[in-house]
Amino acid sequence: MKKIEAIIRKSKFEDVKQALYDADIDWFSYWDITGLGKSTEEQVVRGQVFKSGYIQRRMISIVIRDVNTEKTVKAIIQSAQTGEQGDGKIFVYDIAETYRIRNGESGPEALYNAEK
Amino acid sequence: MKKMITVVAAILAGLMNTLMAQATTITPTINAGDTAWMIVAIALVLFMSIPGLSLFYGGLVRRKNVLSVFMQVFILVAVISIEWVAFGYSNAFGSSSIEWLKPYFGGFDWAFLNGINMNDLSPYFISNSQPTADGGSIGTIPHLLFIMFQCMFAVITPALIIGAFAERIKFKGFLLFSVLWSIFIYNPVAHWVWSGDGWLFKDGALDFAGGTVVHINAGIAALVTALMLGKRRDYKNHALPPHNITYVVLGASMLWVGWFGFNAGSGLAADGLAANALMVTHIAAAAAALVWAALEWIFDKRTTVVGISTGAVGGLVAITPAAGFVGVGGALIIGLAVSLVCFFMVAYVKPKLGYDDSLDAFGVHGVGGILGALLTGILATPAVQAAYSGGAYGNWDQFGAQVTATVATIVFSGVGTFILFKITDKLVGVRVTDKEEATGLDETQHGETAYTNFD
Repeated sequence: MKKIEAIIRKSKFEDVKQALYDADIDWFSYWDITGLGKSTEEQVVRGQVFKSGYIQRRMISIVIRDVNTEKTVKAIIQSAQTGEQGDGKIFVYDIAETYRIRNGESGPEALYNAEK
Repeated sequence: MKKMITVVAAILAGLMNTLMAQATTITPTINAGDTAWMIVAIALVLFMSIPGLSLFYGGLVRRKNVLSVFMQVFILVAVISIEWVAFGYSNAFGSSSIEWLKPYFGGFDWAFLNGINMNDLSPYFISNSQPTADGGSIGTIPHLLFIMFQCMFAVITPALIIGAFAERIKFKGFLLFSVLWSIFIYNPVAHWVWSGDGWLFKDGALDFAGGTVVHINAGIAALVTALMLGKRRDYKNHALPPHNITYVVLGASMLWVGWFGFNAGSGLAADGLAANALMVTHIAAAAAALVWAALEWIFDKRTTVVGISTGAVGGLVAITPAAGFVGVGGALIIGLAVSLVCFFMVAYVKPKLGYDDSLDAFGVHGVGGILGALLTGILATPAVQAAYSGGAYGNWDQFGAQVTATVATIVFSGVGTFILFKITDKLVGVRVTDKEEATGLDETQHGETAYTNFD
């Protein structure tokens, strides 16, 4: 089992969501994040236009079976890409164990969809 | 028939008696309509401070400082109200027993509201008054209501300055400075402009609801404190992004609503003048909001919520001194002019000059107030109050009086604020440490955080 965390542009979220659905990955969590880095973003406050170091992105987190890793990563890269700096990152982690709280099942069967 | 004549004669005699009696003993009475409206107006002006201004400023600061702004406004409501009944009202609106001091200072005769009773009528009136037994005139609302109405003005004025030093001031220093400022700057200026003895009042300066006393006064103090306190550690010549824009727009909306009490209550009566003030207040705010949005559209391609909210507040500020003297045409001109000037002030001039007026207290209240006070001297129309007209109606003397009042307020507030801020700095310190500033004032000054993770 693998956990995939991806930092993507907020403007690309709808595209990524659709690409994951199309790849049969239909359950994941996401949240908004603020980051700091070399990159800047344009902001407007009271008519002042300026570059701010605060970078707004969206993080999505998915736990999947090993076999699905490649197609998930591919789906995210293809849908989240603009080619400009700041498109984001994808991190892949190993998952040691998964349990389903309802009945105590463990292993890949405990993931969201038993057949996948 | 004879009986009827007798009856008529008796009635006539009775009528004559009543008329005679009225002619000899005049007993001024409280006007229920005026009184009811003023009670509402007082509540509206309090609503401007809490929660209106708190939300407007609180939303503009960063998440770690939102409570400090709420706290600062809230404690001012409490402490200035006490100062007001203790001696502030007397200093501002009383009459000093020392003759040469009369134009500048109101004395202590009304300290702790000494000698003012529940059913006394207000000695101050604008459009609605009644004759007294000794041939003078007196207002139609209870004196206590006038004191309370003015109390709300005394509260909100130092609260406006918070916008300049937000996110970096030490709470102790803030509190001491604000109280000193109220006593030594606000009360005298209110006396000059609004008291019957005041020298600017006698000079003919027009300030219907506080353009000089409230907005220029607070705006200049804002500029001076921002300069003296220095920039925030994270300030890089552009605004720091607001943490909650929904607060900003809610606060601006509450200010708009509350301003109806602020301006339409300043005539101290429920009459045509109040209706005019309400109307021009609304129209100026609407015009200024639209112009700001249009400017953003032209220069930045998009209109922002913070922008349109700021524009509306600028319009409200600028119409304040003019509300009882201009018509709808004047209101439109004032609304248009204030957004043009404030937009360039905030968006282009401030970053060039490099001072850190955190929330544009000077850029909006100072600049908008000055513009409003000066335009009142041009646009005041005899159609609203027959006794007052401005330059556009041939009376350029009025413009001169407005310039005098504006300059006097700028100089007095500027110099006075400088001295009081220095004293405060020596006594308790005004700026938090760099680390405290980085951590946030909520945590370091008040030991609380606004958005906790507890259930």
